[in-house]
Amino acid sequence: MLDIVLMGLNHKTAPVTLRECLAFSEDETSVALEVFQESPAITEAMLISTCNRVEVLMATSDTSNAADTVKVFFSEFKNLPVSEFEKSLYIHEGDNAVRHVFRVASSLDSMVVGEPQILGQIKTAYQIAISKKTSGVLLNKLLHRTFFVAKRVRSETGIGDHAVSISYAAVELGRKIFGTFEGKKVLLIGAGEMAELAVEHLIRNRAGDILVANRTFKNGVALARRFKGQAIRFEEITGFLEHVDIIISSTGSPDYVVTRDQVKGIIRRRRNRPLFFIDIAVPRDIDPGINRLTNSYVYDIDDLKGIVDENMEDRNREAIKGERIVDEAVISFRHWFESLDVIPTIVELRNKMEDIAKGEIKKTLQTLKHLSNDDHEAIGRMTNAMIKKILHDPTLLLKSNGHHQNKSVYLDATRKLFKLDE
Amino acid sequence: MEIFIFIVIIFYLLSTIGYFAYLFLQKDVFQQTGFYLLVAGFCCHTAAIGFRFIQSGHFPVNNLHEVLSIVGWTIAGVFLVFQYRFQLKVLGVYAAPLVSIVMVIAVKFPNAPHQMNNILNNVWLVVHVVAVFIGEASFALACGVGLLYLLQEHAIKSKKHGFFFRRLPSLELLDTTGYACILTGFAMLTFGLIAGFVYAKAVWGRFWSWDPKEIWSGITWLLYAALLHQRLTVGWRGRRAAIMAIIGFAIILFTFLGVNFLLQGHHGEFTKL
Repeated sequence: MLDIVLMGLNHKTAPVTLRECLAFSEDETSVALEVFQESPAITEAMLISTCNRVEVLMATSDTSNAADTVKVFFSEFKNLPVSEFEKSLYIHEGDNAVRHVFRVASSLDSMVVGEPQILGQIKTAYQIAISKKTSGVLLNKLLHRTFFVAKRVRSETGIGDHAVSISYAAVELGRKIFGTFEGKKVLLIGAGEMAELAVEHLIRNRAGDILVANRTFKNGVALARRFKGQAIRFEEITGFLEHVDIIISSTGSPDYVVTRDQVKGIIRRRRNRPLFFIDIAVPRDIDPGINRLTNSYVYDIDDLKGIVDENMEDRNREAIKGERIVDEAVISFRHWFESLDVIPTIVELRNKMEDIAKGEIKKTLQTLKHLSNDDHEAIGRMTNAMIKKILHDPTLLLKSNGHHQNKSVYLDATRKLFKLDE
Repeated sequence: MEIFIFIVIIFYLLSTIGYFAYLFLQKDVFQQTGFYLLVAGFCCHTAAIGFRFIQSGHFPVNNLHEVLSIVGWTIAGVFLVFQYRFQLKVLGVYAAPLVSIVMVIAVKFPNAPHQMNNILNNVWLVVHVVAVFIGEASFALACGVGLLYLLQEHAIKSKKHGFFFRRLPSLELLDTTGYACILTGFAMLTFGLIAGFVYAKAVWGRFWSWDPKEIWSGITWLLYAALLHQRLTVGWRGRRAAIMAIIGFAIILFTFLGVNFLLQGHHGEFTKL
């Protein structure tokens, strides 16, 4: 019986050193699919390779041979003895395979639950399978269902909501203060990956002018050029505090780069417009006393981490809702899968009846030479109607959903009773 | 007639439930339902007041029941306008129950028409009352927005993002909405007071009678004028503006209710039980 089988490894079963050895580029994926297609054990195949997983999704009626084919191919193609990666491989069949695919696509199996890239990666893998013609009825239906389920999980639960990175958490916070970033000026003091990422997020969200201050003016100029902003001298910071709205600070300075007194003096001149400090540095750059001033808000890296942790907990809670949606979808897919057998059986049954009817009509009409054409047609109509009525009840029963647990039993009995498998 | 007011109250109460459902469950459909229920209530309310107006021939501010009914009506109306303009979904959690409570209290008072002389048959009276009430409703909303602002600001400053943090909009939106409410309130109050002066001159022959309500309204007016002045010059925004909006509304409550019940004057006629 043709069924769905998934085999692979992911970030939970294999360390990155192993995963990178078994990674497949798009071209390599095409080659792999070609090899799988030639194997008699594998009817349909798809391969997905991301930094966190390498998985082969197949439709096969011979699981063990299919699995061996894949293992041997991996070993030969990647020059890695099977024993090196065999322990990290997991293999799922039937409903478990379907559930796994749904979960992965909905980002429930990702390192960071709710991450948005995995769906695109699966879509790409599917495209390759389509172009290589290695996906058929089963995988096509499965993948289309997968995309639908992933979309449902994303939209009906909050797993993708709220920031789970420091930089994005800072930006989300900014949005709670400012509403929109349009026209808001940003000052970057120092440099660093998280700080620069935050600036990029802000730019993408239509922030206004970007100013960069660095102890080494040359570095500031380079960064400013990257953000299409303006570089200022470190000493000029106090002067510019009056004009900027968001300050991101990430320097190696052991002392405060911006003190309470500096800010207190300019609040009035800013006409009390809100001021948001994002302090990513350790030791801290921004005097925490500034948070006590009117309309000024200071968040240091611990505060931001706290937000990220809160959000991660929320995502994990939402993931439970996602699992429920996946479970529903697995059951629904199983129904479809079983119905696959019903239609061909009914068709075969009807065909057999009609063949018998045709044969008998021919025989009988030969002995009734006096009948007209109209009479021939009437007899034909009669037998058709008889067949239809005879098969009506059995067809309904086989198609109905109520007996799905016994469906395969009924199907099997039908096929045996009417000898459909000769 | 009574049945009408009950229907109105039911709409307002259902709207309150809708908004609270939105507050706890955060599904947008609840907020929309709450809004439309409020609209429905407001329409019925307008019809009820209209009937009363036509029935009695003069503007229905005869007794505490009618006055409170007009108050509820203006608050609902002003809220609907600001909600449409600023899309501050959470504000309904403050406005819908406020309107419901006002109307429930209104119903508790008897609706006996008072023996009033003809002083009610004057368009300036209608203008005065409606303008002042719209002004006060705006200030009531500003107070609500101020409360939300303080809640949200506390959540952000203390880094404890509790129940409300996700459900409240940005500080900027709250501040802007509060400012709009105060501007509207001040404009309408000014207009309403002027209309009141014109009316007083027409009926009693003088603009100002040192009536306690007039005095306290003047104080209220000065307070909001000061608030606006400070905002435009020095930049009294954010936290300070929110606190002032709340204090201002407290003064309004006294001006509106306290004066009538605690002090004597010609406005007392309108809120006699």
